[in-house]
Amino acid sequence: MIPGRDQTILMPVRASTIVASFALALFLNFLPWRDLRLVPDFVALVLAFWCVRQPRLVGLGIAWTLGLLSDAGNGVLLGQHALSYSLLAFLAIWMSRRILWFGVGLQALHVAVLLLVAQALALFVRMAAGDPFPGWAVVVGPLLGAALWPAASWLLLLPQRRAEREPAI
Amino acid sequence: MDHSPPPFFKRGPAPLVRLFFFASLSLALLVIDARFRYVEGLRSWLALAAYPLQRAATAPIELGEHIAGYFASQAQLIEDNERLRAEALAYAQDAQRYRFAQAEADQLRRLIGVAERLAVRAVPAEIIYAGRDPYSHRIFIGRGAAHDVQPGSPVADHVGVIGQVTRVHPLLSEVTLIINPDQAVPVEVVRNGLRAVAFGGGASGMLELRYMPANADVQNGDRLITSGIDGTYPAGLPVGDVVRIERDADQSFARVIAAPAAGIDRGRYVLVMSRETALPERPVQAQPGKERRGERSRRARKDADDSR
Repeated sequence: MIPGRDQTILMPVRASTIVASFALALFLNFLPWRDLRLVPDFVALVLAFWCVRQPRLVGLGIAWTLGLLSDAGNGVLLGQHALSYSLLAFLAIWMSRRILWFGVGLQALHVAVLLLVAQALALFVRMAAGDPFPGWAVVVGPLLGAALWPAASWLLLLPQRRAEREPAI
Repeated sequence: MDHSPPPFFKRGPAPLVRLFFFASLSLALLVIDARFRYVEGLRSWLALAAYPLQRAATAPIELGEHIAGYFASQAQLIEDNERLRAEALAYAQDAQRYRFAQAEADQLRRLIGVAERLAVRAVPAEIIYAGRDPYSHRIFIGRGAAHDVQPGSPVADHVGVIGQVTRVHPLLSEVTLIINPDQAVPVEVVRNGLRAVAFGGGASGMLELRYMPANADVQNGDRLITSGIDGTYPAGLPVGDVVRIERDADQSFARVIAAPAAGIDRGRYVLVMSRETALPERPVQAQPGKERRGERSRRARKDADDSR
C-alpha cells in the first residue's frame, strides 16, 4: 500500500462532472468580488485538481481554452490567462504522480507552489505590458487557493465515491 | 486510480511539446492583441460565450437587492417619495431655465456663426460586472452593439463622467474608467476656463493634470468640467475637483491632483452618450499627447513619406 494515499476505490469519472466543475469555477470567478487580489482563482484550482487526478482526460488544450474564456470575460489582454493556465496544467500533469503520493495536506503545499508559479507568470505578462506592480497582496490569492485544496478535492471526488452502505460485489 | 489501461503506443505529442505549442500560441495572441488589435472578433465571440456565466454570477446579488427592496419599510418609502418629489420640483425649475438658456445660446451661436451643437443622445445602461483584474480599471455594461452603442462613446453617471466605451461586444460593452492611466479627458477649470488634460492616476483612484506650467492658475477646490474640444466628450460634464497641487521649483510642471466627481466605484446605472460628430476632420499635424503610441509612430512615418 502507498502511504498517505486514499484507500477507497473510486468510480470512473464522468465527463459531465468535469464540465460542471469548470462551469462552477468560472461562475465563482465572475462573482463581483471586492478585492480580487485576495480571492483565489477557482478555475486554476479546479484545473490543477483535474490535471493531477485525470491527466489523460484534462490537459493543455482545455487549460488554454479556459484561459481564453477568462481573458475575454475579464477584458484583459487575450492570452494572458491562457499562458498561465497552460503552464499550470503542464506542471500539474508532470507532477501528478508525485503529488498523489502524499496526504492531502502535503498535496496542498505542492499545489500552492503550482498556483504561485502560474500567478507569477500572469503577473510577469501584465507587467511586461506596462501595468504597475499590484503589491504583495497578489500572493494571498494562490495561497488561499491552496488552502482550499482539501475542501475542493473532497467536493470534486464526491460524485465518484460509492455509497457507504452499498454491499461490495 | 485509472480504470482504463494506458494506451500502449500512441500517446500524442510529448507534454513538453504541447506546452511549447500552447505557450507560443498564447504569446502570439498577446502580441497581436496588445499591438495590432486584430483579434477583436475572436474576443467578441469569447465574451458572448462567457456572458451567461457573468449574468448568472451577478444574479444572486440582484436577487438579494430585490428581496431587500421588498422588505423596505413603509416609512422609508414615504420619506423617499417626499424627497424625490422635492427633487423633481427643483429639477423641473432647472429644466425650464435650461431650455430658455439653451434657446438663447443657440441663437447667439448662430449669430456669431459657430457650428451648432448637436443634442447629446443618452442611453441608460446597467453596470453588470467589474473586471476581475483589479488594475485594469474597466467595467462592463449591459448594452452592446445590439443596442447601438458605439466605441468611443463617453459614459457618465448622474454626477459626472466615469469613462469611455473602449470595446463593444454584441450584448455588452467594456468601459475604460477615467482613473485608468491610459485614459485622458480634455478638461477645463470652471473658474477661469483654463484648459488641461486629465490623466488617470491608476490605483490611487485620482486624476492627474499633466503638463500644467508651474505658475498655472489652479487652486485647491477648483471644479474641472469637460471642455468638449476633442469632440468626444460633450462639453460641461463635471469630471473632478482639484484636491492637491505640488509646485516644485526644480520642475517646470506643476503636479495637480484631482478627485473624480462621479462615483467611479459606486452606483449601478450609467448613461452612454452618443458622440458629437459635428466637428470637422482634424488636421494631421499638431496632435497633443492623447493618441496611442502605435498611431503616433505610424503618423510620423506617414508624414516622413509625404515630405519625401
